[in-house]
Amino acid sequence: MKRINPRDVYGETLVKLGEQNPNIVVLDADLSKSTKTYKFGERFPDRFFNMGIAEANMVSVAAGLASCGKIVFASTFAVFVPGKTYDQIRMSVAYSNMNVKLFCTHAGINVGKDGFSHQMIEDIALMRVLPNMKVFAPSDPYQAGRVAELMAEHYGPMYARVSREPMYQIYERDVLEEMEIGKSIKVREGDDITLLAHGLMLHECILAARDLEKRGISAEVIDIWSIKPLDENEIIKSARKTGRVITVEEHSIIGGAGSAVAELIAEKGINAKFKRMGIMDVFSESGDPRDLFEKYGISKEHIVKNSMEMCLD
Amino acid sequence: MKKHVHDNELVRKLNLIATRMRKKIIEMLYRAKSGHPGGCLSAIDAIVALYFHHMRHDPKNPKDPNRDRFILSKGHAAPALYAVLAECGYFDKKELLRLREINSILQGHPANTLTPGVEVSTGSLGQGLSFAVGVALAGKLDKRDYRVYVLIGDGEAEEGQIWEAAASASHYKLDNLIAMLDRNRLQIDGTTEEIYGLEPIVERWKSFGWNVLEIDGHDMKQILDALDKACSFKNGKPTMIIMNTIKGKGVSFMENNLKFHGIAPNEEEYKMAMKELEELERRLEGKNEED
Repeated sequence: MKRINPRDVYGETLVKLGEQNPNIVVLDADLSKSTKTYKFGERFPDRFFNMGIAEANMVSVAAGLASCGKIVFASTFAVFVPGKTYDQIRMSVAYSNMNVKLFCTHAGINVGKDGFSHQMIEDIALMRVLPNMKVFAPSDPYQAGRVAELMAEHYGPMYARVSREPMYQIYERDVLEEMEIGKSIKVREGDDITLLAHGLMLHECILAARDLEKRGISAEVIDIWSIKPLDENEIIKSARKTGRVITVEEHSIIGGAGSAVAELIAEKGINAKFKRMGIMDVFSESGDPRDLFEKYGISKEHIVKNSMEMCLD
Repeated sequence: MKKHVHDNELVRKLNLIATRMRKKIIEMLYRAKSGHPGGCLSAIDAIVALYFHHMRHDPKNPKDPNRDRFILSKGHAAPALYAVLAECGYFDKKELLRLREINSILQGHPANTLTPGVEVSTGSLGQGLSFAVGVALAGKLDKRDYRVYVLIGDGEAEEGQIWEAAASASHYKLDNLIAMLDRNRLQIDGTTEEIYGLEPIVERWKSFGWNVLEIDGHDMKQILDALDKACSFKNGKPTMIIMNTIKGKGVSFMENNLKFHGIAPNEEEYKMAMKELEELERRLEGKNEED
């Protein structure tokens, strides 16, 4: 199956949004060729601002534009926004409740060979704690475009992260059209264990679920692309049904979607076995993305192993 | 742009308002038992000049897309802005006495979501100039003729983001952006030149592609003239007005006194300060009767 780059879909979606709405404005910090915002820049040069390698300024400028009624998309690598600009997002965007859409690429360890300096695994934790901020991590290339559309349609500060690596197409068009902020997508029904994932890890979970089926374990797979707000009802329903929950993400196990689900399960008193899979509070390193997934314990094989252990325990 | 005649009567009137605002600031801080008197008193003359004469704004329509914008980047001078906004009618003056209290619309530092007339939340230094760049870019994009005024502290200009913003403003030829730097020469830990070294400040801003004017930031006529001049430049550059000011200006024992960066006056200090300011107020009023 062919893989598609979510960044390409994002860039094309921006052009489409720009055609529909003259208030869409796009900023980038000298990475427009990588984030694909250059496509918007070519089509709408007046509404595209390359802010140079000065991310802090870019974020506050985005807030200023938003205060004048613009819907502002600002993009760069996730290590830089939110990585370098937490305070600007906190003050100028979230606290000021500006209509700024931080859509950032190269999130997670799939960035690969550039090493930890360019592998953002803390962004969800950083953005999730900010009031007013919504947090999304699409799991399918075309879903990334649909997330950008939803971000443009709804008012408020939002953050989305996508991978550098291309993604497998998981969804048909009708599924994407029905997407709503705060609603998860059930990718596969199952009875024995619930696998919750976002980003590239969703496909790993789908592969793991197929393997598990051969071993007699029926895994339910849910795409939690909307990390904040989280689809509490569906997660609780599934956790009650299977009694076993594993979260998988290309993020630190501290503070990410896994933590959000843990908080939910604990507070609602759900009686379920639970495990977070993610980067285990260590710095990752350079390498091939597949090798990194394997070494840092988030590949399909690890998901199968952890699921088996939980089900057979 | 309005054409102003900065006659003595206008200057006297604005000085009188500034004196009343100083009284209000002292009263607010005394009641709140915390806050930043020094930087409020050094900045208030410029804020009064903007809101009571120079800027195009309508307190009844605070979201008017054509309004001139004022952004207080040095957010710790919030009481100065609040006093002026209330006097203009953006909200009830009674709110001023609830500064920094729980359930108040007046936070310790500006919060746009709570206070009518505040454009953006500030208080973490360095962000207001960047925000102003965004507002100025939007003005160019929408072909609106509003101007964007932003007040930054001199200590604040130690923040790297200020210089990112300065570079982007000249890159995008934002001649609708006018920044004012409150050059009171003091920051929490000492003088700016001891702590970090901002000189040569005029040359620095010039080298970033800005028009630079340098004035006495407590001389109302100089402030008005500089604002007019900043609006008259036709060279596609943003303008920086370096305002040489005195931290604590208007209250003798607060002037150039580091103690009053972030400490509110006690009862005795409050009474002394009000006495001084009331005398000044009477002098400025008295001149009116002679006219």
